[in-house]
Amino acid sequence: MSLVERSHGIAMHRINAMVLRYWYLLVSSWPRMLELVYWPALQIITWGFLQNYISQNAGFFAQAGGTLIGAVILWDILFRGQLGFSISFLEEMWARNLGNLMMSPLKPIEFLISLMIMSLIRLAIGIIPMVILAMFFKFNLFALGLPLIAFFCNLIFTSWSLGIFVSGLVLRNGLGAESIVWTLMFGLMPLACVYYPVSVLPTWLQYVAWALPPTYVFEGMRALLFDHTFRADLMLTALGINVVLFIVSFAIFLGLLNSARRAGTLISGGE
Amino acid sequence: MTIEDTKSGHAATVDRNAAAAIDVAHLVKFYKTNCAVDDISFKIARGSITGLLGGNGAGKTTTIAMIMGLTLPTSGKVSVLGCAMPAQSAEVLGRMNFESPYVDMPMRLTVRQNLTVFGKLYAVPDLKGRIAQLAEDLDLKDFLDRASGKLSAGQKTRVALAKALINAPELLLLDEPTASLDPDTADWIRRHIETYRRSNNATILLASHNMLEVERLCDRVIIMKKGRIEDDDSPEQILLRYNRTTLEDVFLDVARGRDREQAP
Repeated sequence: MSLVERSHGIAMHRINAMVLRYWYLLVSSWPRMLELVYWPALQIITWGFLQNYISQNAGFFAQAGGTLIGAVILWDILFRGQLGFSISFLEEMWARNLGNLMMSPLKPIEFLISLMIMSLIRLAIGIIPMVILAMFFKFNLFALGLPLIAFFCNLIFTSWSLGIFVSGLVLRNGLGAESIVWTLMFGLMPLACVYYPVSVLPTWLQYVAWALPPTYVFEGMRALLFDHTFRADLMLTALGINVVLFIVSFAIFLGLLNSARRAGTLISGGE
Repeated sequence: MTIEDTKSGHAATVDRNAAAAIDVAHLVKFYKTNCAVDDISFKIARGSITGLLGGNGAGKTTTIAMIMGLTLPTSGKVSVLGCAMPAQSAEVLGRMNFESPYVDMPMRLTVRQNLTVFGKLYAVPDLKGRIAQLAEDLDLKDFLDRASGKLSAGQKTRVALAKALINAPELLLLDEPTASLDPDTADWIRRHIETYRRSNNATILLASHNMLEVERLCDRVIIMKKGRIEDDDSPEQILLRYNRTTLEDVFLDVARGRDREQAP
């Protein structure tokens, strides 16, 4: 008789097991830890000095102090959130462990939830030093107040949706699709209007930009810093689009998982 | 049909018509236009060890992957421990496990960490005790806290077997469990598989290229070739039918297209 009882629904113990697996991996490898901190720190130092230079020479930016650094930090939440999710998934592909997991009682939704939790943990490790460094450039992220929660939630939801989508692509197409994990978000960058307002874009491209939740966040951040106004309407619209994006990404992931099962690639993985 | 189970020296009788642990009916798998599995059907009785034999590309791994629900069949049905796969996989995945050379354990994690993670995935009660038991049974104690990637091939196989046994599965699927092992380690692993089946009345499906292994362990042998079942019986009956003394000779007969009548 097996030691294991049958289980239905989402099980916390399986999610905990997966988080534990990634945590063991993270703490066993100092290069992995360093990578989490290194790039965000470098970003904030570079952009911090640039902002200092601009604010000394341009009255407009001097008035809206922190716009660049704020954008850098919020962009990193989006970027690192997706990477944190996707790299944990890639670890399974690199380790050729996916077959073990797919054969276990772990359900796809539990797997994805564990990746989301790891994305938050990895993000915290990278972003906290970044936020502290930003204070040396006279930017206190927490001074944004409660709107920061709305910004963060919207960005992290978008990052998870994209993480789920690219993980599905890698699951279906093998490690040959790995480069998409690293580059997808950069394709979003010009359209999400991270460093400039949507009005800069040609009219037709503005429609595309407004279809992306991060655009609302960066516009909202600028409204807060320039006009000292919290645009709740922007955050609610972003949340609505995020919900749709999340559902679509999850459906695509399940579709790609089934496609991988049809193609017989789950047990072999690889390229 | 019944097979007296004499391999492992116990008196249990394996009845193929009893509620089957695995029931495969008209299973077909195409990869694009390539037919990997071509309309195979078989039932595997609970408590038996069945060997799945065949050359490279015979369809063994695809068949096992479909039984596990990792690969979807093009047509046909698979039932495992009474549950349809993959539709009812949630009901049954906790009661089965597998080992395959096509998958690894995370290399940076220690053996203990890996077993802890998989034990938690399978909700194994008294996990520490279970890991200690497996470490004792499979002689893992000396390297329980060593990174899995730093183990020798034999040690890795023992760890993979420990992972496959962590939930004391009712059904164990083994894909070439002793591949690339030295004879001593391979023999050690086989003894453990036999012991596990005997003490747990577990069902084991074993894909292997090692004919001695199959002769020693299996109550029944299914020989596959080009996605089809070429023969299916006890090792003794198959040897009689082909007029051979070893399964290796039978395997060569099948691989080279010599049928039963042509065999000496």
